[in-house]
Amino acid sequence: MRETVTLKLKNVFEDIGDQTQFAAAFFRNIFRNGFEWNEFIRQCYLIGLKSLNIVLITGFVLGFVLTLQSQPTLKDFGAEGYVPNMVAISIIREMGPVITSLICAGKIASGIGAELGSMKVTEQISAMDVSGANPIQYLVVTRILACTFMVPLLVLFADAMSFFGGYVGTNISGDMTGILYFNKSFASLIFSDFFPAFIKTIVFGFAIGFVGCYKGYHANKGTESVGIAANSAVVAASVWIIVLDALAVQLTSVFVYNQ
Amino acid sequence: MNTIIQIENLKKSFNETEVLKGVNLTLNKGENLVVLGKSGQGKSVTIQCIVGMITQDEGSIKVLGQEIKDLNEVELKNIRVKIGFLFQHAALYDSMTVRENLAFPLRRVLQIKDEAEIESLSIEVMKAVGLSDCLDKNPSDLSGGQRKRMGLARTLIVKPEIILYDEPTTGLDTITSKEISHLILDIREQYKASSIIITHDMLCARITADRILIMNDGQFIAEGTYTELENSNNDFINSFFKI
Repeated sequence: MRETVTLKLKNVFEDIGDQTQFAAAFFRNIFRNGFEWNEFIRQCYLIGLKSLNIVLITGFVLGFVLTLQSQPTLKDFGAEGYVPNMVAISIIREMGPVITSLICAGKIASGIGAELGSMKVTEQISAMDVSGANPIQYLVVTRILACTFMVPLLVLFADAMSFFGGYVGTNISGDMTGILYFNKSFASLIFSDFFPAFIKTIVFGFAIGFVGCYKGYHANKGTESVGIAANSAVVAASVWIIVLDALAVQLTSVFVYNQ
Repeated sequence: MNTIIQIENLKKSFNETEVLKGVNLTLNKGENLVVLGKSGQGKSVTIQCIVGMITQDEGSIKVLGQEIKDLNEVELKNIRVKIGFLFQHAALYDSMTVRENLAFPLRRVLQIKDEAEIESLSIEVMKAVGLSDCLDKNPSDLSGGQRKRMGLARTLIVKPEIILYDEPTTGLDTITSKEISHLILDIREQYKASSIIITHDMLCARITADRILIMNDGQFIAEGTYTELENSNNDFINSFFKI
C-alpha cells in the first residue's frame, strides 16, 4: 500500500517535471530561427473555423435553454423583463467562456492529442528531430498559439449566438423586439464583465493547446496510446478549465469587484 | 581508410534490462556496413544512440570526429544534418504531400528559401529513387516499396555523409526488397555516402554489405564479409545463412 502511494506520488512529480520542461521548451522555441507562420495559419483554420459550427450551435442552445429555464421563475417575481440582463451577465461572465472552452477541449485537445500521438507512434516526430528540424517549433508552438488565439474568438462567437438564442427563447412565450432585447442585454453589461472573461478564455485556450500537445507528444509507442493520448487530453484539459475558472473567479472577485 | 563512426564500449540499459553490453563498431568512409541479429538484440538502439535519439549510459560514440554525448543542442543538430536516418516504416509526414515532405528538411534544416531550387532538388532526388511521377501524391497513396523509396528520397535530399537504414526491406516482397537493396548500392555510388544497414533480410545483406557484423545479446559476436560469415563453422552464425 505504502509502496503504491509512493510510486503514484513519484509519477505525479515526474509528470509535473515533464510538463514544466515541455512548457519551457515551448517558450524557448516560439521565435527560434523565425516563426512557422504558414503552419500557424493552417492550425488557426483547423482549430478555429472547423470548430465554429459546434460552438455556434452550443452557444445558441445555451442562451435558449437558459432563457427558458429562468423565465418562469422571474415571471413569478414579476421580473420577466430582466431575463435579457440575467442571460447576458451569465453568458458573458461564466457560461460562455466555460462551456465553449469545454466543448473546445473535447474537440480540439482530443484532435491534437490524437494527431501528435499518431505522429509519435509512427516515428514522424522522431524523423523530424533526427533530420535536424525542430518538431517543438513546428508542431507544438503553432498548435498552442493557434488555440490561445482562436479559443477567445470562438467564445465571442458563442456569446453572440447565446444572445440570439436568448432572444428566440424569450419570444417563444413572450413578445419582445430584437432591439429592446439586445439593448437590455448590453445595458446590463459593463467593461469589467467582458475583460476578465476575455482574459480567462486566453488562458483556457493555452491550456487546451498545451494539454493536447503534451499528451500527444508524450504518447508511448503502440496504437493504443493514441487513443489514450486523445482521451487523457480531453479529461486533463477539462479539469484544467474548471480549476482555472475557479481561480479566475476568485481573482476577479478580489481585484475587479473588490469583494 | 577514414573512420566516419567509431563506437567504443557502448552500454545502454532500460530500467533493469541491459540492452547494449559493450558495443564496439567502426564505419569507414564509403563503406556499407550491415548489422545482422535477432530481434530485440539492440541493433536499432545502437543506431539511435549514434544520432543522439537515445543517450548512452557508458562508452563513446564519435561521429565525424565529434563525441555525441558532449554536443550541445545546436552542435547535435548540425551533426544530424550530416546523418540521414531511414526509419523502418519510412515515417513519412502523412499530413503533407510527397512534395511537401521533400521541401520540409530543405526549408527548415538547410534554410533554403528559393522555391525553384527546392523544386529542382526534389525532382533530382525523386529521379534518383525512381519515383519521378509521385511528387503530388499523398504518402497514403504510395505502396510499401514506394514509401521506402520516398523515405530514402527525403533522407537523401539534404545530401548526408552517413545514412543509417533501420530494416529498409522489412514488410516488402522479395522483388521489391531486391530493388531497394540495389537502390542502396546505387545511392552509395551517386551520393558517396557511408551506410549502416540494420536488417534481417539476408538477400539485402548479400547485395549491400561490404562488411557484416552479427549482434547477439547486446554485443557483436562476429565480423566479416558475406562469404566469410557464410562459411563460418559457428552454428549460431550459420543459422543466419541457412534457409
